[in-house]
Order: sequence, then C-alpha cells, then structure tokens
Amino acid sequence: MGLLSKKDTNLILDPLADNNPITIQVLGICSALAITAELKASIVMAVAVMFVLGLGNVVISLMRNIIPSKIRIIVQLIVVAALVIIVDQVLKAFAYELSKTLSVFVGLIITNCIIMGRFEAFALANGPWRSFLDGIGNSLGYGIILIIVGFFRELLGSGTLLGFPVLGDPIAKTGLYATGYENNGFMIIPPAALIVVGIIIWVQRSRNPALVEDN
Amino acid sequence: MSDKRLTFKKRLHILKHHYRGKKMAPAFNAIHTFLFAPDETTHSGSHVRSADDLKRTMNTVIMALVPVLIFSMFNAGYQHFSAINGFPENFSVMEHFLTWDNFWIGIIKVIPLLVVSYGVGLLIEFIFAVIKGHEVEEGYLVTGMLVPLIVPIDTPLWMLAIAVIFGVVIGKEVFGGTGMNILNPALTIRAFLFFAYPTWMSGDKVWVYEARERAEQIAEGATNIDAISGETVLGFLAQGKGAEMDTIYSTWDMFWGFIPGSVGETPTFLILLGGLFLVFSKIASWRIMLSAVLGSLVMGLIFNGVVDQGWITGNSPFYGLMSFDFWKHLLVGGLAFGIVYMATDPVTGAQTNRGKWIYGFLIGFMSVMIRVFNPAYPEGVFLAILLMNVFAPTIDHYIVQGNIKKRLKRLTNATIYPKDSEGEAKELKAETV
Repeated sequence: MGLLSKKDTNLILDPLADNNPITIQVLGICSALAITAELKASIVMAVAVMFVLGLGNVVISLMRNIIPSKIRIIVQLIVVAALVIIVDQVLKAFAYELSKTLSVFVGLIITNCIIMGRFEAFALANGPWRSFLDGIGNSLGYGIILIIVGFFRELLGSGTLLGFPVLGDPIAKTGLYATGYENNGFMIIPPAALIVVGIIIWVQRSRNPALVEDN
Repeated sequence: MSDKRLTFKKRLHILKHHYRGKKMAPAFNAIHTFLFAPDETTHSGSHVRSADDLKRTMNTVIMALVPVLIFSMFNAGYQHFSAINGFPENFSVMEHFLTWDNFWIGIIKVIPLLVVSYGVGLLIEFIFAVIKGHEVEEGYLVTGMLVPLIVPIDTPLWMLAIAVIFGVVIGKEVFGGTGMNILNPALTIRAFLFFAYPTWMSGDKVWVYEARERAEQIAEGATNIDAISGETVLGFLAQGKGAEMDTIYSTWDMFWGFIPGSVGETPTFLILLGGLFLVFSKIASWRIMLSAVLGSLVMGLIFNGVVDQGWITGNSPFYGLMSFDFWKHLLVGGLAFGIVYMATDPVTGAQTNRGKWIYGFLIGFMSVMIRVFNPAYPEGVFLAILLMNVFAPTIDHYIVQGNIKKRLKRLTNATIYPKDSEGEAKELKAETV
C-alpha cells in the first residue's frame, strides 16, 4: 500500500486478529451479546461504532494538547456523546425499525469500553491521521466479531440471513425444513452469543498459542 | 498359535503397540482397555492395588440404571397403546405391561436414542483424546446412559446428536474433560434441548410415541387416525386439572411408574432400588440424596401450608401444583431420578460432608419451587441441579474456610505445657509460641 506505511498498516490489521478488542482484550462484550441476534443489527452497530470511534479519535487527537488532563474523561465523554447522538438521530430518521431493534444499545455506545479505551490509550498520544487509522482498525476488529456472531445466530436461530429465508420457510416446510430441521431457539437468546464468542476465542487461541496468558 | 490365527485380544494388542507414540494411540488404547485388562504392569515403587477405579465406578452406576432402562422400554409401549386404546380396566403387569408389543416400541424408540447418545458422545471423546493426546476418559459412559432416559420419547435423533455435541464440548471438554467440568454434562444436554427446541420438550404430545406425528397428520387432513396425547401428572396439575388427573393415575401408578414422562424418569420404585444400590456400594452420597428428599418435602409442606391457610385459592394459576400433596412431588416428574443419579455426581456436586447437606437440600427445595412457579413448563429438577452445580464450589469454599477458622481459634485459645530445661511444666498460650 503506497498510501500507508507498514506501521500504519499494522494499526488497521492488528486489531483484526492478534489484538482484537473483543476476543483478546475482551472489551465491548455487552453490545456483542445484546444486538447480535440479527445480522443486520450487527452490521449497523459495527458501522455506527466505526463512525463514532474513527471520528472521535480524530477529534480527541486534534485537541490532545489543549485538554487539561484532570478533566479529560469529561471531554472524551462529551465528544462520544455528541457523535452517538448524531448516529442515533440518523438511524431514527432513515431506519426507524432498525433503531427500534437496537433500542438503547445505540445510546450505550457511549459506555462502550473500546471507545474510551482507544481515546485514552491512543488518541491522546498520537496525531490525527494515525488516530483515525487506529479507530478504523479497532472498530473493524469489533465489527468483524459482531458480524461473525450475528451470522451464526441469525442463520441457526431464525434460518434467515439479513432477513432472507435462506434455509426455506419453516411454516410451509420448504427447503431444509422439509427434512424435519428446526430452528434452534437457544441461538436467539443472549447467552448463545456468549458461547459463540467463547468458541471464537477458543479457536483463535488454539491456532495461535502465543495469545494464551500464563497463570 | 500361528500368526494367522491370532485371538482378538492379541490383534488389539499388536495394533496398540503399532500405534504407540503416534497420534491415534489414545483411541486404540481405549478400545483395548475397555474390553480387556491392560497387559502393562508397574515395575517399580509401591502402589495401591484396587479394583475400585473410575471404570468400576461408572459401571456400577450403569448397573443401577439398567432396570430403569428396561422398564422405560416397556413403558414406552404401554403409554403408546394406552393412549390409543385407553388404560386397561383390570391392570395386570404380565398381561398389559410386560408384553412383546410394548417391548417392541421400546426397541424401535428407546434403543436408537441410546445408540445416538453413546455413538456421538464417544466419538467426541475420541476426537478430543486424539487432538489433546491424552487417554480416552470414561466420563461419558454414565452420561451416555443418562441422556436417553431424561428426554421425551419422540425427540428427533438429529436434535439429540446436536445436543450431545454441545453438552460434551461446551459442558465438559472446554473445562478440561472428565473430572474438570462445572456442570453435569447430561443435564447440560437436557437444558440445551429445552432452550433450543422447546416445542419438542413440553406439551402433551411429546411424552407418548406417535402423538406428535398423528397430530401433524390430522392437521394435514388425515381422517383415518385418532389423535392421541399423554399429559404428564405435573402438566395436568399446572393446568388446574388435578381432579381429572386423579381419575386417570393412582398414586401407585406414580410409584411404579406407569405414567407418561421423559423416557426413564417415571419408575420411582426402580429408581429407589438403584439409589439404595448406589448408597450401599458407596458410589453415591447418601447425604445428598437424603437432604434433597428433605428439601423437596420442606418446600412441598410450605406450599401445602400456604394453600391450607387460604392464601392461594382455586383461581390462582399455582393452585393445582401448590395443593399437590407434598410427598407426591417425589413420585412424579424427574425429581427422584435427578436426586439419585444426577445430584450425586461426584464431580459437579459438593465435596465436603456439610456442603453435601446444604447442596442436596437446596436441590430438593428449588426443584419443587421451580416446578410450581415455572410458567412455561411444570418441571425444574434439571434447572435446580444445574444451578446448584454452579454453587457447589462456593459452598465447599465456605465450609472449608469455616473449618480453618474454627480450628485456628481452638489452637490460639489452647493452653500448652512445654517443659523447660529443668523438666518443669510451664504454662504458655499457644499464640505466643
């Protein structure tokens, strides 16, 4: 990539796998459990977090030299809150049904540990361009797990993907349902997301034993 | 003996040696030691000779389960034919229960459940043993026997297979395999089925063979068959149909097990015998069994008392189950089965003696409580045991800490008399030593 140096590329690629905010740092679990019953909601959540984190990181990075360190948490909160309200209003205006599905969880992006974590750990110490890349990278890492979990939960729990009945019609018994297959009600409830995330963590760590902590 | 006429044992032995140190070794070791005594002996050091190993323990539990399994095969047919023809007027065990027709239904419905449970479960155990490079563990032998006994008779085999995979992998292997699991794997499988496929696990159509199939055919317009159903005793009570239930099932029916329910949970008498066998062979803890029975009786008495006081009246949705005689709770549903075979699991239960009393009591107490208050499903034994499985280590922790504190106090308050250089006893407080 001519646009990005190797160091910059790592800012985007690291959080996708070996430094993933959900599976390695175990942050942002709350929303990963709550909204991943449908793939669509997972994607919208991922995009919303990408917008908030990418832009928020830039804003904090630009202000990093003028924020008094004693009140930096308040300043960070105001920046996130402003961005989240923009996302919330946009969703309410253009995708009202979806914003009802996501309900309070859009608002709760404010408390998503990944966002405050990146502000504190990265944006306060780096320039706006690198902060932007870091924000995009981390939100991609968050989003990719959300989409994987959402994919399996919607496919196994409702037999649909993005609302399309990919496995057939459960009521008219077509497709896979004609053979006696049934949707798995367990995948609809939030504990299933915990187990799916757990399995992803398990697979990732057994592929790369360097990630396993000593104790 | 020439090479061509090797015995089966010898062949297995050669195979085992051939694979020694290779990836597949645990699989061949397991087959060999399951069928024959191992030929290796320890050469040095002292060691305890005991026949009481894990395999023997597991086999004892399986022996205690065999009568229940055989009864359940007859009961599968008995419930099926009784649902079609009505319960026999003058019931005789030989004429109506122990018949080939009944047993045949058992063979075609219960045996496949057993085969799928063992086949899938042991396959997972073998795969994990090969990947992790340890010996195949015996932990699944009992689980595989329990699973077909605690599901409804019409459970589709593929559902059972998925549940077994889930139960063994998430319930046991992720924690490190046999002996390391927090939750009872058989109950994890049951709970998975309950939450994943609730329509197959509750209602009045799942407890009798063919009931669901016939209902579906009738819904599609078939007119040459009658609908059949078999509601459990608890199902009747939860719907407030206690009086109707009394005309169908007597208390003796409940005790002997001639009632609908999960495959093997009904024969309270045989479960009682199995429980006594496990207690006298010192495999299962009598403390857990006794305290669980006490717990359920206490909760049942509380509910009966509430009804007697008139706080709950006939129009309450809980009236049916609350007014059920407290001791009858032990005869119906999975309470007896759960107490004898699953609460006593030595891995997931409490380990300390006083802990076992608390653990068992709360299992009985909560089983009856969940049974009465569960809005969707009038049973809660598996939920109560799983919940207490989670709390068992906490209970043990506080029992052990309490013991340490008590002994420390005793020690610091003790007065000891060490002798000084002249041989005279000197009084000292222990804390100053």
